[in-house]
Amino acid sequence: MSDHDQVPGRIHAVPVRHPGRWVSAVIVLVLAAMAVHGLVTNDKFQWPTVWKYLFNEQVVRGVGWTLWLTVASMVIAIVLAILLAIMRRSDNPVMRSVSWVYIWVFRGTPVYTQLVFWGLLSVLYPKISLGVPFGPEWVSFTTTDLVTASRAAILGLALNEAAYLAEIVRAGLQSVDAGQDEAARALGMKGSVILRRIVLPQAMRVIVPPTGNETISMLKTTSLVLAVPFTLDLNYATSAVGTRIFQPIPLLVVAAIWYLAITSILMVGQFYVERYYGRGFDAHGKNAKPGGKQAAINAAGTTPEAPTFDDMGRPQGGTTPGGTA
Amino acid sequence: MTDDTPMVEITDLHKEFGHLHVLRGVDLVVPTGSVCVVLGPSGSGKSTVLRCINELEDLTAGRIRVGGELMGYREGVRRGAPALFRRTDKDIARQRSRIGMVFQRFNLFPHMTALDNVVEAQVQVLKRSKRDATARAEELLQRVGLADRSDHYPSQLSGGQQQRVAIARALAMDPELMLFDEPTSALDPELVGEVLGVMRDLAASGMTMIVVTHEIGFAREVADQVVFMADGVVVEQGSPAEVLGNPQEARTKDFLASVL
Repeated sequence: MSDHDQVPGRIHAVPVRHPGRWVSAVIVLVLAAMAVHGLVTNDKFQWPTVWKYLFNEQVVRGVGWTLWLTVASMVIAIVLAILLAIMRRSDNPVMRSVSWVYIWVFRGTPVYTQLVFWGLLSVLYPKISLGVPFGPEWVSFTTTDLVTASRAAILGLALNEAAYLAEIVRAGLQSVDAGQDEAARALGMKGSVILRRIVLPQAMRVIVPPTGNETISMLKTTSLVLAVPFTLDLNYATSAVGTRIFQPIPLLVVAAIWYLAITSILMVGQFYVERYYGRGFDAHGKNAKPGGKQAAINAAGTTPEAPTFDDMGRPQGGTTPGGTA
Repeated sequence: MTDDTPMVEITDLHKEFGHLHVLRGVDLVVPTGSVCVVLGPSGSGKSTVLRCINELEDLTAGRIRVGGELMGYREGVRRGAPALFRRTDKDIARQRSRIGMVFQRFNLFPHMTALDNVVEAQVQVLKRSKRDATARAEELLQRVGLADRSDHYPSQLSGGQQQRVAIARALAMDPELMLFDEPTSALDPELVGEVLGVMRDLAASGMTMIVVTHEIGFAREVADQVVFMADGVVVEQGSPAEVLGNPQEARTKDFLASVL
């Protein structure tokens, strides 16, 4: 490794100057100042009303519902997506077809349409029964009792999201080096064990970053649940208040502030999750942190690189670590 | 070994990849307890033979028996005529678990320590207790000279160390047969010796081995039988003295001249 002390003739070159950076900084600063000035001085934004309603009870409850819709639908979607991705890779042609058709339908129709459909379920099917197909019923439920508006909203969001996530999971599973599967098969492991113990843990590195992205996207998609209709989420709550007091614009600003705040928190979470799954890239470099399952996967290069970020949040191109480097 | 049944018996093995006819009728018998070294230029089909034995590839034609048992298929009768029945995945997994395989690229599980790499299949496949499996793994890592590296992840090991862990991982299944697919080809030259040393010890312990390699020295020293393959067929086979010392076929002579 390199010595930091006695290197004769260490280079201290004059750096290249970047006048373009200074020019662009000035332009951006002026534009930003104009934008802020416009926001603050334009009294149509009604800032006093914004502050008054930012922590309004109905609004805060809307934040709670939006968070619940996001979390519940993402959890269901992730579980379903893993199942769909596994089915898609199955040797069983029936499983493959079911997964393909599911993804085709749920990715191929607008989520808004799907939410309307789940809202109309009780009209289409007033009663849901368990029993022998085409034969006697054992138990039956009234659909409106079983599929409430909040359940319909979560169901609609989750089933749609699962179709997208399934493709992300599939890409993750595919990204794991084929030699891993071969080595496991050569040891006599069966498919389900190989998936659970060998392939999925390595695929996580590729699966996790886009899933964080999808979560942030889902936060905003929850505003579509008025299609069900479900009317307690943040977007509906703010627009309801805005309509009631004849001040739609400040309440739109309230909604935007809350969405931005939650997204910022999720971004912090995403940053740490991505850093966890991206660490160990320089396992052989000076910043190598020893140990850790994830670092080991990264260093082995059995999955392709996910983007990593340096201290300033700039994307970094990693190097592909060789097996014997 | 009193049993006359050879460990491996390959008859008229053919393998096509699409239009590519890679194996064109390979016959090979490997007696129990012997070491067979397969030599040949790249593309001659050596690795494919190994992969067929372990059912990592489907056969196009031919029969492979390991310990007398037909691999991949079951012989039976259907509508009064003899027929081959494909074995279930579970049955194939059982057959594979009796055969250890070592790969050119090691293929260790990167998210597990050296010890866990050796423990994993014992627990998952042989249903050994974690404690027994760990004890066996420690014993095997000791045997390949890596007792002090058991808590290292593969990325923290050199290529030679990784390959020795891979050998321990295969041995943990108590295989009847070990297949080595160019085990030293991905190694830096100074690391080749440590892997060949482990293989030499293994051969001395009576393990039946089929080794695809370019290490002529290893073949000369350890092999009971040397097989030279080219263009998907066995060109020449015999004792190391015969094949390496006094090759009869022109292609064998050319190959040895180019390698030595």
